[in-house]
Amino acid sequence: MRLRFNLVLGLTLALLVIVCALGAGWIAPYDPVLHADLMNSEMPPSWEHPMGTDGQGRDVFSRVLYGAQVSLTVGLVSQLINSFIGTALGVSAGYFGGWWDDLVNGLTNVMLAIPSLVFALAIMAVLGPGLPSLLIALGLTNWSWTCRIARSSTLSLKNQGFVQAAVSAGFGDFNIMRTQILPNILGPVLVMATLGIGSAVLAEAALSFLGVGIRPPQPSWGNMLTDARELLRAAPWAAIYPGLAIFITVLGFNLLGDGMRDLLDPHMRTRKV
Amino acid sequence: MTHKESEPVLSVRDLRIGIGKQNAILHGVSFDILPGETYGLVGESGSGKSITGLSVMGLLKRPLQVTGGSILFRGQELLTLNSRARRRLRGDRMAMVFQEPMTALNPLATVGRQIAEMFVIHRGLRWSQARTKAVEALENVRVPSPEERARSYPHQLSGGMRQRVMIAMALACRPDLLIADEPTTALDVTVQAGVLELIAELSQAEGTAVLLVSHDLGVIANMCRRVGVMDQGRLVEEQDTRALFERPLHPYTRGLLAARPRLGSRTLAQRGRLTELDEVVSSDERGRDQPTLVTPRVFSGATP
Repeated sequence: MRLRFNLVLGLTLALLVIVCALGAGWIAPYDPVLHADLMNSEMPPSWEHPMGTDGQGRDVFSRVLYGAQVSLTVGLVSQLINSFIGTALGVSAGYFGGWWDDLVNGLTNVMLAIPSLVFALAIMAVLGPGLPSLLIALGLTNWSWTCRIARSSTLSLKNQGFVQAAVSAGFGDFNIMRTQILPNILGPVLVMATLGIGSAVLAEAALSFLGVGIRPPQPSWGNMLTDARELLRAAPWAAIYPGLAIFITVLGFNLLGDGMRDLLDPHMRTRKV
Repeated sequence: MTHKESEPVLSVRDLRIGIGKQNAILHGVSFDILPGETYGLVGESGSGKSITGLSVMGLLKRPLQVTGGSILFRGQELLTLNSRARRRLRGDRMAMVFQEPMTALNPLATVGRQIAEMFVIHRGLRWSQARTKAVEALENVRVPSPEERARSYPHQLSGGMRQRVMIAMALACRPDLLIADEPTTALDVTVQAGVLELIAELSQAEGTAVLLVSHDLGVIANMCRRVGVMDQGRLVEEQDTRALFERPLHPYTRGLLAARPRLGSRTLAQRGRLTELDEVVSSDERGRDQPTLVTPRVFSGATP
């Protein structure tokens, strides 16, 4: 029951966000940047503006929809990079051991010691604001936990009978990692990745909030919050709805990750025998 | 043909294994296995029978390492072979069946896929062909409804079935040598007989030589024509199975045979414990000359 609930709710929320992001061009009633009706600024939610308008009279609903594009791209792509780096380093370190393991371990510790947001901030400072540098910054700073989990899982798997059996069956190192170890650590890695999507969305919001993420006329949930901060009293909806969007996205992907982990466990797969 | 028949598939000469160079664990073991022959290695835990098997496969883990001797496989020296060439032999020309069928299969892949992988890796078949071959292989090890079973995951199979799958994997590429390390120890007694029979039958049909490692004298008696008895890293006796049971030459073997449970003797006291041997001193003060190999024949390259 729990499995279904997590998975269904997570999938629903994630799909909702994905549909919003992909369909922003069709759903959004106004242009997120160009439609700035200063006469109608700070309007509360109404039929015309379902989420109200912000300080410059732009439609918050449209901006939230377009912001989903940024957030999802950042979340998915940066987590893809993170998972790839973390898994590749972790599995190879755990499998080969020796100096390579020491090196990866040291690197992981260094990464863990530096607050990732500060590191991302530094990378953004070098690369300059914008979506590509945001992807790189967040993609390079959050792989350490994935790496650790991949490494420790690999270490315990390496001594399992079936890995030994694969060695005795003439599998090469790469084949063993691909066919024996990778499928068995996919569960935790996937969970880490989906959890990471949530935190990447948050990190994007934080960086944009600090002004180094997405450049202001272009809407992102983070810079929408920055804009709304000054008129929190006058137009709280300008802050509430982007915040709610972040919340829903993070929750959705976390639940999805949880549900997927249960689904990936073959003991949960019931097949008629 | 007869000329080739007489040439041993595996010829282990004075094999020494140690932890580093200093601490020897295996003190020069020598034996031959002929094509189609089933050779048994018996001995108690820690006597070195398993690491003998592992070293032939090239699966010794650090800190264990081969410190001397030679392993000839079909006339080819394995110890000087590079790791890539050895890997090509593994699973293809020589295969291994492990003790625990519960853990020796990847829990996340169907057994059909795992068998099929053998054909993909060693024969370069495409997956569709390999899958058909995998079902055939399951049929060979007499798994009922192989088509369906090929789609099962290991946890859906019983211990005996899993061991059959392991055997199917090991014999997939028709190896010249099968090393079975306690293949039935983890199984029910009722299932043991079936699995052993299967190994015997398939190896005979294919002419596969088998190195059977076991502590179970009953298993050895049923399966092997020749037996080597190991004690504390030495091969102390080698004989035809029947002769071994009738006239054990080495005192250790006599002790081993005497320690078997017998019908009618119910208590440990009646059975006789594994006797301590007069000439066997504790291993740290043991000299290089003890215990000695006792054989009815003279072996070339025997113990020092």
